[in-house]
Amino acid sequence: MTSQVSSTAEQADGAHVGEQRSFGDGGTDKEIRRLDRVIIRFAGDSGDGMQLTGDRFTSETASFGNDLSTLPNFPAEIRAPAGTLPGVSSFQLHFADHDILTPGDAPDVLVAMNPAALKANLADVPHGAEIIVNTDEFTKRPMAKVGYATSPLEDGSLEAYRVHPVPLTTLTIEALKDFGLSRKEAERSKNMFALGLLSWMYHRPTEGTEKFLAAKFAKKPDIAKANVAAFRAGWNFGETTEDFAVSYEVAPATTAFPTGTYRNISGNLALSYGLVAAGRQADLPVYLGSYPITPASDILHELSKHKNFGVRTFQAEDEIAGIGAALGAAFGGSLAVTTTSGPGVALKSETIGLAVSLELPLLIVDIQRGGPSTGLPTKTEQADLLQAMYGRNGEAPVPIVAPKTPADCFDAALDAARIALTYRTPVFLLSDGYLANGSEPWRIPEVEELPDLRVQFATGPNHTLADGTEVFWPYKRDERTLARPWAVPGTPGLEHRIGGIEKQDGTGNISYDPANHDFMVRTRQAKVAGIEVPDLEVDDPADADTLVLGWGSTYGPITAAVRRVRGAGQRIAQAHLRHLNPFPKNLGEVLARYDKVIVPEMNLGQLATLLRAEFLVDARSYNQVSGMPFKAQQLAEVFKEAIND
Amino acid sequence: MTETIAGPAAGPQALALVPKAEAKQSMKDFKSDQEVRWCPGCGDYAVLAAVQGFMPDLGLAKENIVFVSGIGCSSRFPYYMNTYGMHSIHGRAPSIATGLASSRRDLSVWVVTGDGDALSIGGNHLIHALRRNVNLKILLFNNRIYGLTKGQYSPTSEVGKITKSTPMGSLDAPFNPVSLALGAEASFVARTVDSDRKHLTSVLRAAADHPGTALVEIYQNCNIFNDGAFEVLKDKDKAQEAVIRLEHGQPIRFGVPGEDGLGSQGVVRDPATGDLKVVDVAEAGTDAILVHDAHSPSPTTAFALSRLADPDTLHHTPIGVLRDVERPVYDTLMADQLDAAVEQQGKGDLGALLTGNDTWTVVG
Repeated sequence: MTSQVSSTAEQADGAHVGEQRSFGDGGTDKEIRRLDRVIIRFAGDSGDGMQLTGDRFTSETASFGNDLSTLPNFPAEIRAPAGTLPGVSSFQLHFADHDILTPGDAPDVLVAMNPAALKANLADVPHGAEIIVNTDEFTKRPMAKVGYATSPLEDGSLEAYRVHPVPLTTLTIEALKDFGLSRKEAERSKNMFALGLLSWMYHRPTEGTEKFLAAKFAKKPDIAKANVAAFRAGWNFGETTEDFAVSYEVAPATTAFPTGTYRNISGNLALSYGLVAAGRQADLPVYLGSYPITPASDILHELSKHKNFGVRTFQAEDEIAGIGAALGAAFGGSLAVTTTSGPGVALKSETIGLAVSLELPLLIVDIQRGGPSTGLPTKTEQADLLQAMYGRNGEAPVPIVAPKTPADCFDAALDAARIALTYRTPVFLLSDGYLANGSEPWRIPEVEELPDLRVQFATGPNHTLADGTEVFWPYKRDERTLARPWAVPGTPGLEHRIGGIEKQDGTGNISYDPANHDFMVRTRQAKVAGIEVPDLEVDDPADADTLVLGWGSTYGPITAAVRRVRGAGQRIAQAHLRHLNPFPKNLGEVLARYDKVIVPEMNLGQLATLLRAEFLVDARSYNQVSGMPFKAQQLAEVFKEAIND
Repeated sequence: MTETIAGPAAGPQALALVPKAEAKQSMKDFKSDQEVRWCPGCGDYAVLAAVQGFMPDLGLAKENIVFVSGIGCSSRFPYYMNTYGMHSIHGRAPSIATGLASSRRDLSVWVVTGDGDALSIGGNHLIHALRRNVNLKILLFNNRIYGLTKGQYSPTSEVGKITKSTPMGSLDAPFNPVSLALGAEASFVARTVDSDRKHLTSVLRAAADHPGTALVEIYQNCNIFNDGAFEVLKDKDKAQEAVIRLEHGQPIRFGVPGEDGLGSQGVVRDPATGDLKVVDVAEAGTDAILVHDAHSPSPTTAFALSRLADPDTLHHTPIGVLRDVERPVYDTLMADQLDAAVEQQGKGDLGALLTGNDTWTVVG
């Protein structure tokens, strides 16, 4: 959660706060401990259903009312060779009784479904943490596959952890023996057994998962029942076995949230809803032209479900056709969108340039991933900023909007639509893989609260010639916004031709006149530079010397780190940019106020480069391009170092 | 078109949703105020005149007509039409027009492109527009050369062509645009020649009436960089032997008229291979001559016809409508899905969508 910062939360994401109590409520006399927050990581083979398990635990946790943040992490291969390190898929979930900002640095509990999952994740698990392992998989061959000469469960290498050896596969098969399933079919439900066990450990509500399973396997009721049975067996195993002596409670985060109705939402879903909402608020049909690409495809999938909102989705033959179709629809008066990731942006560049020249509204959604080239398709990065900013021929300015959390993708989409429609320009919406797949609670807005995005199409002549003739000039601009009129085909009397060749100011006719070109280049730049964006807000309670400035998805870890630094008694100011082009009007003044400016980015310093160029400020970059988000502890140390420097 | 073979009644429904002009239109109504800047003698002038001349026959509100082009000499076309228009980027016009046509069924959308624009840089978009059957009319100006970049060989240039970029002759085997379109599942494919105004107009008219994507290849002379490329099809004496005029429902005959006044040569199916070949009608007998069926569900014969032309000499080049069949139109299907979604789920309720099924409430 992002909006509320309570005093207890200042120390959140730092040390755990816990309290112990036990009570014998008849059924069990097992100890129950109260925790303020927990980080769980489910890890297994790509085929083990870890993402589904994580999603379900997240839903249970959301409906229980905890604050939460998630980090799915999976390979690009759909089914990497079974049991290998590259094939490991994991899902980390951080949930708490208070406001939290990140999926957590290190898991308190690791669920390892096989030796590969243990090996791939052990380095992230702090000593003392709990590890639940599926002992059935710790046989010679699976262990040899990942280079375990001896079993880590027996050779003492896990002595520093609290290990729970559970024969998950055997127990699942045993629980399902009356269902008439083959061994292989029964084995598939072992993730639900694990989910049941963890649900018991953390007192999660179970109705949601049972309902979900019934719906998911509605056409195969036997499989539905088997999964529910495995899920319940996992729960009962926790309840009865002595190995699990303690269970944990994490109370709902009631005080962390403003009043309202909440749901859990991922970045790509929030972004999709933002686009549907923008169409409704603009009273324009949404047209998405897209080509499938990780991690953006989910937006295409989601929008294709909402045809009853008048949303058209067009899966094109390539990235170029995706944006081409969107631009064509924009010419026709749709709220046009194209969705992609970095490699797709590269292909779309020429059409983005055309959109700049045509001055038509168009949303370009870039869910950034690791680059260059194919890079790391399923991992996160922020290295498309300069591509969005400058990656076109000629002077082709494009506004850039970046969401900061998964739920914020909704508002950012509406904001990007506002800019596109008001200023008749393509707009970049720069999300990333971390936001796209991560999730958090979202206060569902009232539809009445949403901004009014309606625009006026041109309806008649807008210019009078010297001889008194009334004419329509497609490039005669609004004095305030510098936007040109949006005259859609079908409007009588406004027939006009536009194109990528330089146009004469006003008439829009082809013009190679040097002075006119200079004027048009400067005018397009001035239009983007003049876009109204809110001033940058600075959070600086203690008059600090050091400012940390971020953008996009680093908001969570930066804010968590800032809280730690302040919790340790040091002063630091924080600001976060949503608008990268144009920058907020007060940005230069804000930067000038601080002795030191730190800019953490998941690239090699792209925002820092822009800041240095524009404001001559000695911005210090802190960079990580590992495909993974920053950790709060890591940033806290960097900030402390900078403060003390 | 003569309707002697039963076929789908194409026609008005292609333009059914496009508003009609209120008053009678003339060619002048479709001329923009922009000066036409093609080279003097360019074949593009003839095509422009033919298009401006036949548009009034359609009787459509001109504000509902849009011309979209790519890059190349022919792609300047939209500037000269007093309709809505977009001069876009190289090769991408079919994709832009697809977005426009599939979101606005009340528009008559035309794409103007060339052999480089459509078949080289934009080949991908062309074939996919054709297979989708978007409601677009694509005019492919084929001059077998790159004109705007001053004379390099194009994907339709003959092998061995000496150009600025191929001083020792080009190595590329050319595309036959009609064969390509047929292979890409096109529902309407025609070929015509810039200098034959009457034929050009009749083919454009048939394309306009076709529901779905219509591809019209127009042989167009570039008098600067590839002058006379189609001379064999235009020269009165030579054309008789070179051009095969196709008319739906008519026997495919051409050449010097025989005793019955029709062409002395004809096209027959070779019973051994199933392929088509040219024969003397007198020898083969009139009954053996193939009757052209543009509405045949199978594109096989149309494809075989397209292969009769010799890519080097252009001998036996069929012109006219090779294929004109009805199949579902993309824009209609897309709109139908939207309607079906509303029918099944009700009109979208944003509040309900945002809320979803799994919520909790925090009370202050």
